[in-house]
Amino acid sequence: MAEEEFTDINGNSISLDCQTRSAFCREFTVTSPKLSLRKVMVYTCFVWLFAYAVFFFTEVDHETLLIIGSLGVQLSSSCASGRESTIFIEMNKLKDIVINEAVYMHGIIYYLCILIKDPADPETVTSVVPLFQSSKPRLNCLVQVYRSCQEILAQSR
Amino acid sequence: MVLKIFFPQCCNTADSGLLVGHWIPGHNSAVVLAVIHYPFIPGQVKKYLSELQSQTQVDLTVLGSWSMPKEGKEGMDSFLKDLSTIFPQKCWLQLSREIGKRGFICQVVQNNGKLLQDREQKNGDESSEGDKIILIHYDQRKVMLSQLHPVQDVSQKSDIEPSELRLVFQTVAQSQPLFFLDKYDDGPLKLTHWQSEGREASIIAELLKQASVPVCIFLTWLLSLWHWFCMVLKMLFISSKLSTCVQSGYRAVHFKTVFSPKKAATHMEFMRKANIFVSFLLDIALGLLLISWLYRENRISKLADTLVPVADRVAKELQELLEWLMGAPAGLKMNRALDQVLGRFFLYHIHLWSSYIHLMSPFIERILWYVGLSACLGLTFALSVLSDIVALLTFHIYCFYVYGARLYCLKIYGLSSLWRLFRGKKWNVLRQRVDSCSYDLDQLFIGTLLFTILLFLLPTTALYYLVFTLLRLVVVLFQGVIHLSVDFINSFHLFAIGLRICRPYRLAEGVKFKVLCQEPGTPLHLMMEINPLKCSSVLQCYRTPTYSCYPKDSWAALCKKLFVGELIYPWKQKTDKTD
Repeated sequence: MAEEEFTDINGNSISLDCQTRSAFCREFTVTSPKLSLRKVMVYTCFVWLFAYAVFFFTEVDHETLLIIGSLGVQLSSSCASGRESTIFIEMNKLKDIVINEAVYMHGIIYYLCILIKDPADPETVTSVVPLFQSSKPRLNCLVQVYRSCQEILAQSR
Repeated sequence: MVLKIFFPQCCNTADSGLLVGHWIPGHNSAVVLAVIHYPFIPGQVKKYLSELQSQTQVDLTVLGSWSMPKEGKEGMDSFLKDLSTIFPQKCWLQLSREIGKRGFICQVVQNNGKLLQDREQKNGDESSEGDKIILIHYDQRKVMLSQLHPVQDVSQKSDIEPSELRLVFQTVAQSQPLFFLDKYDDGPLKLTHWQSEGREASIIAELLKQASVPVCIFLTWLLSLWHWFCMVLKMLFISSKLSTCVQSGYRAVHFKTVFSPKKAATHMEFMRKANIFVSFLLDIALGLLLISWLYRENRISKLADTLVPVADRVAKELQELLEWLMGAPAGLKMNRALDQVLGRFFLYHIHLWSSYIHLMSPFIERILWYVGLSACLGLTFALSVLSDIVALLTFHIYCFYVYGARLYCLKIYGLSSLWRLFRGKKWNVLRQRVDSCSYDLDQLFIGTLLFTILLFLLPTTALYYLVFTLLRLVVVLFQGVIHLSVDFINSFHLFAIGLRICRPYRLAEGVKFKVLCQEPGTPLHLMMEINPLKCSSVLQCYRTPTYSCYPKDSWAALCKKLFVGELIYPWKQKTDKTD
């Protein structure tokens, strides 16, 4: 038998298939597809592409610390999309580079930070700039960077 | 200590010669500003430098020698060494390039003859103090034009020593007279600096600069006339209420700033002048656009034709509202007599108002046509005129609000003082507090009677007050929106944003360093680039101070005033000296 256009009570399309088995036996099949594989794949692809684009534009790819003795320290962080943000701190504003301990939730983390001072008042620390905030390396990595920076800072004092 | 040499990029390929620049005091660094080529007479060089020193207030000296090897010209080394005796220095720099190498070779000779070299010490002995040289390349034109933020006034005496980078920027900016002579000029000295890369000025720009001074003087004279006219107008009380007059006064102050013949001394003054000028031009452009839209297809007469029917419609709506109030509004039962009195009183006012509007209606089109032309003075003018027209058209609502508020206020005061009498207390004006008082029996009797009367008449008055206050608030809100947009156009610093987008190096937040290629035997080469200011900092830093209207009272104070029945003027203009 031919198939006609039918819909269910909510308006979704269904199909009716009538099959005559014999003179006194007929079979009716109503098909209502709930899920189409193509739609699922398209939606999943979109979601993944969107998430990837978000990460591409916002997540920080690598962070750089450039220390130039007697000139200053430059911090820069760049994203995968190429966007960079740079700060340069001059040597007369830099008091010291230290590793700080912080209690965070249920654990203790270490972070490397720069202590900034006001040139007019060299004894007080006016602000603290933490380094490598996106990468958050562990103590062994920080110690290596710290030792190396202290060598250069010792020379320029 | 590390020796830092700031070397301009334009001199990378210059011919051999003398390095001219400035030693930065206290920081062991030198800024190279230009290269003087051979042949030169040492006496002339010294004379030229001392002339420039008096002009620029920058201590210019010969820093050292620069040698660029060319085929066929050898044997400069000994000549260069002799130069250090002609120009006695504490430190003599010898920079040279070699064919095939990108890095420079730098040798520093101190005046006691000791030679400092930047060579890797192979034997690692302690006799070398590890003195190193850093060569920092900078773009001279960009550094000259740029301004470091936060802006520190040069004339301002501060205890803080300016930082090294700030001194470098200041030195390059102040040495502008050095950059007038070039190697292509027919002078006794041939210099290479950023101008050698190509002349920048155009004839039109130069002509405009020359013409601007007499134009400014003429405009300042015109402005003084306008200012005198405004002083006469200020005598009228109404001028401080009309926002058009306020706006025109404000613009006059702006023009005084922009068109003063004195050149802007500091960066902030220059930015303010430029911002005001550009926002004024934008204003005029938007105004002309509005005019072209309004006067095309005769829209202005159509507007005038709809104005009188709209005013009539408003009057009719008010009438219907009053009649609703005179009946049983929202099911509330009003005091019949007071209701009728107040209702009739307001209805009569509306009747007067519509007759005035009808009287004016033949002239409206003409007036509107001429008033619309005032938009050529700027969009802000047009908006102020619109705000004034709205204020005039809704004047009756304002009157009703004042009447209702005064009545309500009187009632509330009466009620509160009679309530005190009811309880046996009195307000002591001297002590500003409530004191107990013994009243006579007849005072108590009359007082209680009056209190009861006022109390039962309260709902009627309160309802009228509520309705008219709401109407007034709607009008005030609309006027507030117009004022805010006028304010926005006035204070939007398009010039600063445009500068940030088109010439980002002019507004600098800091610098960026990049390490250039490293070759053995050469000192460390760094490239210094300008880090432009973030857009949000531009917006914050360059806000034009405006006479912005902002709410005079906080929400709590406003509610209290509304409850008590005081007249509210929610928008306050900052410069109202009479208030």
